[in-house]
Amino acid sequence: MADLHTPDALLVKNYVDGSEVALATLIKRHESKIYGFIYSKIADRDISNDIFQDTFIKVIKTLKSNSYNEEGKFLPWVMRISHNLIVDHFRKTKKMPMYRETEEFSIFSIMSDDALTIEGKMIVDQVEIDLKKLIEELPEDQKEVLVMRMYQDMSFKEISEVTGVSINTALGRMRYALMNLRKIIEKHQIILTN
Amino acid sequence: MGKIYSKKAQASKNLKPKKEVVSFLLNYSKALTVVKIDDKNFEIIAN
Repeated sequence: MADLHTPDALLVKNYVDGSEVALATLIKRHESKIYGFIYSKIADRDISNDIFQDTFIKVIKTLKSNSYNEEGKFLPWVMRISHNLIVDHFRKTKKMPMYRETEEFSIFSIMSDDALTIEGKMIVDQVEIDLKKLIEELPEDQKEVLVMRMYQDMSFKEISEVTGVSINTALGRMRYALMNLRKIIEKHQIILTN
Repeated sequence: MGKIYSKKAQASKNLKPKKEVVSFLLNYSKALTVVKIDDKNFEIIAN
C-alpha cells in the first residue's frame, strides 16, 4: 500500500512496475504545487486545469513507455513539462495572453489609466495660473526672456536676435529670471505643487 | 470569559486541480498500455 512517506523515486518505480495507486499518491502529493505554479502564470482556472491534465498525460506516457530516467528529480521534471506547456500556450495565443474578465480578476488589475484625474487637472491648471501671476512680478527684460524660452520654445539664439542683445546677455537674464522667481515664491510663501 | 476574536492570517489559496481532471488522469493511466516494437512506441487505450 502506497504510503504518504514513500519517496517519489520509489513511487515512480512502483508505478512503472504496474501500481496505479502509486500514481494517485504522486498526483495527490504534488497537485497543489504544480497546479499553483500553472495558475500563477495562466490566471485562468479552466486553462490551468487543461495544462495540468496535459502535463500528467505526458508524465504517464513517458513512465509507461519506460523512457524516464529516475534521478531523484520527479517534481522538477514534472514542473519543467508544465512550464513548457505554458510557453506553448502563450505561443499559441500569440505571446500576448488574452485576458478575459472573470470573477477572479478584473482587467483593471493589469491595465491602468495614467490620465490625470479631474482633481489632478484642476491642480495643474491652478499651478499654471499662479505661476503666470508670479512671472508678472519679474523685471521686464527677465520676464521677456523667460516667456520666450518657456512659453514660445525659442532658442537663445532666436531670443538674442529678437531682443537685440547678445546670447550671453539673454542667458544671464534667464538665469536671473529663475533666481528671482524662486525669491518671489519664497516671499509669497507659495507652495506650487503638481 | 469573552470571545477572543483573532484575525486569521490570510492563508494562501490552496489551489488544486478539479477532481474530474485527477479522476480522468487515473482512469487514463489504467486504460493506457504502451508497447515498444522496434524503437517505436504504440499507445493502446483499453475501452
